[in-house]
Amino acid sequence: MAESENIVAETAEKIFADLADAQTINRDKRGEWKAPLWQALTDSGLPLSWVPEDCGGSGASLAEGFSVLSAAGRFAVAVPLTETMLAGWLLAQVRISSPGGEMTVVPASPKDRITINADGSLSGRARGVPFAKAAKHFAVLASDANGGSLSMALVDAAKCRIETGLNLGGDPSDVVTLDKVQPVAIKPAPKGFDQTRLMLMGGVARSLQIAGALESMLEISVRYSNERVAFEKKISKFQAVQHNLARLAGESAAALAAATSAADAIANATSFDDEVFLEAVAAKIRCAEAAEKGGGIAHQVHGAIGFTVEHILHRYSLRALAWRDDFGSESYWAVELGKLVAVRGADELWPLVASR
Amino acid sequence: MTAALRFDPIRLPSECEQLRKEVRAFLAEEIAAGTFDPHQPNREDTDVPEFSRKVGARGWLGMTWPKKYGGHERSFLERYVVTEEMRVANAPTRRFFVADRQSGPVLLKYAPENIKMDILPRICRGEICFAIGMSEPNSGSDLFAAKTRATKTDGGYLINGTKIWTSSAHIADYMIAIFRTSPPTKENRRHGLTQFLVKMKQPGIQVNPIGQITGQYEFNEVVFTDHFLPDDHVLGEVDGAWKQATSELAYERSGPERFLETYYVLTELVRAVGNNPDTRSAEGIGRLVAQVHTMRRMSVSVAGMLQAGKEPVVEASIVKDIGTIWEQQLPHRVRELAAFVEETATNRETLEKQLSFAIKTAPKLTIQGGTTEVLRGIIARGLGLR
Repeated sequence: MAESENIVAETAEKIFADLADAQTINRDKRGEWKAPLWQALTDSGLPLSWVPEDCGGSGASLAEGFSVLSAAGRFAVAVPLTETMLAGWLLAQVRISSPGGEMTVVPASPKDRITINADGSLSGRARGVPFAKAAKHFAVLASDANGGSLSMALVDAAKCRIETGLNLGGDPSDVVTLDKVQPVAIKPAPKGFDQTRLMLMGGVARSLQIAGALESMLEISVRYSNERVAFEKKISKFQAVQHNLARLAGESAAALAAATSAADAIANATSFDDEVFLEAVAAKIRCAEAAEKGGGIAHQVHGAIGFTVEHILHRYSLRALAWRDDFGSESYWAVELGKLVAVRGADELWPLVASR
Repeated sequence: MTAALRFDPIRLPSECEQLRKEVRAFLAEEIAAGTFDPHQPNREDTDVPEFSRKVGARGWLGMTWPKKYGGHERSFLERYVVTEEMRVANAPTRRFFVADRQSGPVLLKYAPENIKMDILPRICRGEICFAIGMSEPNSGSDLFAAKTRATKTDGGYLINGTKIWTSSAHIADYMIAIFRTSPPTKENRRHGLTQFLVKMKQPGIQVNPIGQITGQYEFNEVVFTDHFLPDDHVLGEVDGAWKQATSELAYERSGPERFLETYYVLTELVRAVGNNPDTRSAEGIGRLVAQVHTMRRMSVSVAGMLQAGKEPVVEASIVKDIGTIWEQQLPHRVRELAAFVEETATNRETLEKQLSFAIKTAPKLTIQGGTTEVLRGIIARGLGLR
């Protein structure tokens, strides 16, 4: 990790450690932790990490922003930090300045489309939009009526219909409907930018968060196994428990390797070719699998206590599972990757894998 | 908690890509010349001495070793590229693979100078084959229960006892083995074993082949009867083999051979499915490709750490644990997907033959070179659980 990534990540870590402690949040039934956390993040410029300074942001590199997302995953942060970062990044592609406050991206699924009407207004429906209810603005990717040329738009959230919902982790995951909404600003997308690119960026963000959550699940599971006594010894001394934790370490390691590799690939990409596609979707697929397998082991090690709302484990385990669904599920991307591999042909599979 | 796991996104440097082209061109020539069939799984009992010599002549053996011993002073990452290209092509590497990966580095570290000068250049030329003598009839994963004796005599040792499951012993020129020189002590049950270099095909060594469920005769029983070894064949500290065994394992456990052993069935499945797969095939292939990509990125990351002089023992054990389980399950996943392949697929017969062999190979993958159970014990220790 480069020195500057360290500094940005350390800033984020410190804020999370001070204001997003899982134990404190878990006890706070009224959500009083949220406002001070968001304020501190805003004061440090983290939500607009990926927005250039002359567009109102802090102008951090992609790599620096990714390191913030890893930290956010390790703390299972439940404010729209990732979403605001992604929205700022999307708008920055066409140099639309980011306003202050919470944002999110629309659409958040590869299957949903927002279209531009003849009068320049936007219409469409997007499901599973994370933190839509909490956002003041949306960064929207829209296409013209025949699904052709794309534009990025800044939209006032108050002008959209929002049906609220919750994901597995209890965070907002809403349906956003735009009915002839006039955007605050709109500009044509850069050449080559398509919806897949937005989905892959969101998918890599979620992969880093899942990997971070798994790191924490490993840590608290190891700690718990060294404290809990059963049959007159620490449960960490039972070989069955040790082997389960070794498997959790493997899943955590696989998620970490896949996610950081994909983030590194995107941070250094000059174009979104097959190789970057492989990195990004492989991370989403493998991290989603790890969320299931690894999270399952973390719960098994904790026994009944980990199944209670009082215990912090669910803050990580359920969010990791929820994050699988955003920006295209692992099944969706596996089909897309399988099709790509098939079209390239059998003898081009190894060269693709070895290219990374 | 213990130190966090590290898997930095290491990229292979540009010199590796030039090398990769050279290796692929060489392998294509050898395939065209009929030296081996890339569609035929890498049968480990296939011995192709002339292929070994050609690989040696290319400078692809002992790549990381000092030039004075015939090596080429190149990086672990360059060696990584050669290894993975050979593995994916199903090249016949059996004759030189153990010597290059494992035995050579042990000799480099522990052998006396005269032996290094004699043997290492011959490994680099692809002339000699090594076996590893670890397991015994009553000592497998429990390495330190080994009983084969090395009894001190004038100018050397007399060896008596039996090694078993010894791969390639029937073609090997040398073996690196551990023998008991003293009984274990109360304080340290690992004490008393010594690492030796053994010259094979000598009086007092009998190699008996053992049939495997794949139909191969690739591993053996090796019986020693008053076999004499001179003093300079001791490798490292007498009675102290336990101190030497662990650091080499990171090299052995994290290479591309730890997840690519059955990879050929995936390539053949993609060929059989064709360029317009149904949703089920596409999803299945997509997941497997995502998984192998992840394995490879983990493995390259460990290679990068080794190149940087670190000892990522836990990370390497994780790569082998999940890598061998992946390559073990792969033929079964491919079989499930292959059930829907069109009857008209031209490579159907090849795929079926490969699957049959891979499914029979699969059980050994989580046993050889450190079982899943041993690996998880090492990982658990790294996590601070034992």
